[in-house]
Amino acid sequence: MQEAMIKRAKELLADGSVKRVIGWKRGEFAYDITPAVFESAEELDKDFVFDDFTSANVSKYLVKESKKEGKVLVFLKPCDTYSLNQLTKEHRVDRDNIYVIGIPGGPKLDIEKIKAKGITGILSVKNDNYTLKIDTLYGEETMPFSEAILDKCASCKSKKHVTYDELIGEDGDVLDSDRFDMVEKLENMTAQERYDFWREQLSKCIRCNACRNVCPACTCEKCVFDNPNSGVENKAASDSFEENMFHIIRAFHVAGRCTDCGECSRVCPQNIPLHLLNRKFIKDINSLYGEYQAGADTTSRAPLTDYTADDCEASIVHERGAE
Amino acid sequence: MQRIGVFVCHCGTNIAATVDVKAVAEALGHEPGVVISQDYQYMCSESGQNLVKDAIKEHDLGGVVICSCSPRMHENTFRKAAASAGLNPYLVEIANIREQCSWIHKDIATATEKAIILGKAAIAKVHLNTPLTSMESPVVKRALVIGGGIAGIQTALDIAEAGFDVDIVEKQPTIGGKMAQIDKTFPTLDCAACILTPKMVEASQNEHITIHSFSEVEDVKGFVGNFTVKIRKKARYVDETKCTGCGLCTEKCPMKKVPNEFNMGLDNRSAVYIPFAQAVPKVATIDPNYCMMLKNGKCGVCSKVCSVGAIDYKQQDRIIEEKYGAIVVATGFNPIKLDKYDEFAYNQCPDVVTSLELERLMNAAGPNGGTLLRPSDKTHPHTIVFVQCVGSRCDDSKGKPYCSKICCMYTAKHAMLIREKYPDTEVYVFYIDVRTPGKNFDEFYRRAVEQYNVHYIKGMVGKVTPKSDGKIGVQASDLLSNEQLHIDADMVVLAVAIEPDKTARPLATMLTTQMDTNDFFTEAHPKLRPVESATAGIFLSGACQGPKDIPETVAQGSAAAAKAIGLLCKNSITCNPCTAHSNELMCNGCSSCEKVCPYGAITYIDKEFRMPDRTTAIRRVASVNPAVCQGCGACTVACPSGAMDLSGFSNSQIMAEVDAICK
Repeated sequence: MQEAMIKRAKELLADGSVKRVIGWKRGEFAYDITPAVFESAEELDKDFVFDDFTSANVSKYLVKESKKEGKVLVFLKPCDTYSLNQLTKEHRVDRDNIYVIGIPGGPKLDIEKIKAKGITGILSVKNDNYTLKIDTLYGEETMPFSEAILDKCASCKSKKHVTYDELIGEDGDVLDSDRFDMVEKLENMTAQERYDFWREQLSKCIRCNACRNVCPACTCEKCVFDNPNSGVENKAASDSFEENMFHIIRAFHVAGRCTDCGECSRVCPQNIPLHLLNRKFIKDINSLYGEYQAGADTTSRAPLTDYTADDCEASIVHERGAE
Repeated sequence: MQRIGVFVCHCGTNIAATVDVKAVAEALGHEPGVVISQDYQYMCSESGQNLVKDAIKEHDLGGVVICSCSPRMHENTFRKAAASAGLNPYLVEIANIREQCSWIHKDIATATEKAIILGKAAIAKVHLNTPLTSMESPVVKRALVIGGGIAGIQTALDIAEAGFDVDIVEKQPTIGGKMAQIDKTFPTLDCAACILTPKMVEASQNEHITIHSFSEVEDVKGFVGNFTVKIRKKARYVDETKCTGCGLCTEKCPMKKVPNEFNMGLDNRSAVYIPFAQAVPKVATIDPNYCMMLKNGKCGVCSKVCSVGAIDYKQQDRIIEEKYGAIVVATGFNPIKLDKYDEFAYNQCPDVVTSLELERLMNAAGPNGGTLLRPSDKTHPHTIVFVQCVGSRCDDSKGKPYCSKICCMYTAKHAMLIREKYPDTEVYVFYIDVRTPGKNFDEFYRRAVEQYNVHYIKGMVGKVTPKSDGKIGVQASDLLSNEQLHIDADMVVLAVAIEPDKTARPLATMLTTQMDTNDFFTEAHPKLRPVESATAGIFLSGACQGPKDIPETVAQGSAAAAKAIGLLCKNSITCNPCTAHSNELMCNGCSSCEKVCPYGAITYIDKEFRMPDRTTAIRRVASVNPAVCQGCGACTVACPSGAMDLSGFSNSQIMAEVDAICK
């Protein structure tokens, strides 16, 4: 797959159809993959990588890259295409200046799950017929592929590319996922249990802003958390609830726009299940206003910024909130 | 820091009885920026206003906080007072310590504490207030009346009389509404058609009135003085401009088995029809549910016989767009459905009818040519039982909690007319109360009892059972003599509750007007502004606002017209300066605000910006048209980055108020 992608990228660069390529390259370690922009065939040959760790959603980079001179080629997994559609809908990217090649999605691997098995000094990870062969400084280790899958891939919602200009590999379908199971569990807790759960989780936050920075829905010209006039900007927590509020405010800001790409939880160094906040919103929107998938298209109106005569009454929403 | 004056009103004892106003003035006097804090018995009085004016001049105030009644009452009074003292009126804030404090609390200590907090919030806000200047917006000198019953016709005639253009939108093929179906009117017993049809003709002939019959309001945008309305002109498959109303098509149409809704389904009409002889406009309409040509392309008789070629089977719904300065709602009422009232056997027995059906049965243009016959066997009924309050004054979910108001009078009318015309008929009326307030109303009812010997029995009918011999068994209780009655009736007439038309609720949504729990439109003030809705420029006429008889409906129709004329007379109206604006440096151009704007005030422009790294970039940013913006603030909460803000109610002002309350 990686070879096919590099070959196609080189062709498009060579015939001048695109000026830049957004993909992934290796970082410090083999499993430490980072998004990257490539401008030449040489760079592609040297650094371009596509493997079980290229899980990063690169669509957000298009906010800047699509506004530069010349077309940009981007490789998008199915889940990433939802993000691009949402950005197109919000006029945050110039879709005409983007050439999308749809590539197969995951499941991708979570290095933390491998490390959690006590495996250290990892040099490379190979998938040999759904058994991971892990080459370490201390010899080869093995573990089942299925036990190292990223959470966001384990509850994959779709293998379908909702926007692309060409495909490498085959397109899939929207899946029946169990992604709301945990949300339901939380809903069934008492208010106190739920509060305790979130206090425990959110209090781990070190306010590194990784979730915000990676989130494709967080592309504001000036983020409220960086704006001294917003009243919520803060460099140092003034009380123990500050970071909790940060996540709650962020969840509200992306409500109805979040495509559930799962990047927030993937990048969180504290392993806070941030995606659950967003999924609660998605689940509620689905049940109150009918099924809606942000980014499934570029024209429909999102339920939270739309009004129809059939919208449920506020009293119904209120009753649901009663404990 | 602003120099702020605080003025605490006693409102006689309205506030002072529950709030220690002196303590409030004292406490607020210590707030930062407050240079003077006083209390006074009636702040809205001339001397109270002078107190404010003098303080503005004497203390060089930059902001004023009035702790008094709701801003809906006197905000304007104090803004004007401030303006006359040279202070921008938008530097005045009202702390509502009456409706939101003294009236809802009993304990003085609690109420006083709350009043102080509300005052503090207003002070916190006024610190951030900026002077605002109003703009003017032109008024479109044309009115829209929604509904062409007697209410709508009266309103339109009165507006036209004042010289303004007015459009009537009526969803039926003809105007006239319910009154056209009524036989005689109380308390004078003159024929409804005789007094209604001249008004219908007048409306059609008036050069200022345009009637859009068989049409519905599809969409309403804009605001007082400047509404843009989309009207769906439903396809009637007949060219209105060509049809002469000769009626030949209706005679020749082979499809004659269509229930005639004008006669309440008691007889049939043809698939192409004119609702009744005096219909306005007198134009045929083809019913696509029954027309064989439209259903399966076989027939075409009407097209062949029409000498002017008015039939057009290919006609489509048409949407027209018009601008209006004022809108009058006159959507009227309907009798409720009787599905939940099996005890009255309405669905089982054709001789159990509603009062409106009886009107048609007794009408000369009705199914029996004016002779009262039983629908089942076309024989004369000799015993008729009237049941009052069917679905009215109900405390269960089956009916309506309110009194439908008109039933007592029309039942007296029916009873009297029947006894007059058919003296051999026994008439029983079962009632809970007989309610006859109104000029000459009680005299009318007493005539029915005393002169016409109608049997009025206080009590409710428990059960109506059709019998095999054609009689209808009526089981009822007489509450005064405390006995059970069994009457073998030939007909039973149900005085069915009335409810607002089903189109009213979606219309209220389009107009952003309020309704009560029964779907009647809510007036701006139940006593002092009975024909205005709370939404500026939207007026209420007739039974859409509550049950009404014809005299009341006409009076309200004229009153609504007077209010609309008052608006249309103005060349321009002062706009609210509290409008939204976008901080372009922060705007993402994401279109969230535009999607939630109910007034279409937001557009987007591509604008060149200097970026931090000495480059320039073209960015899509929101731009608000202040003449269209009504300051609802929906955009400010939809905006993810906080770029949208509202003058007079800025995000920072709201947060300052919240902070002041939570401190």
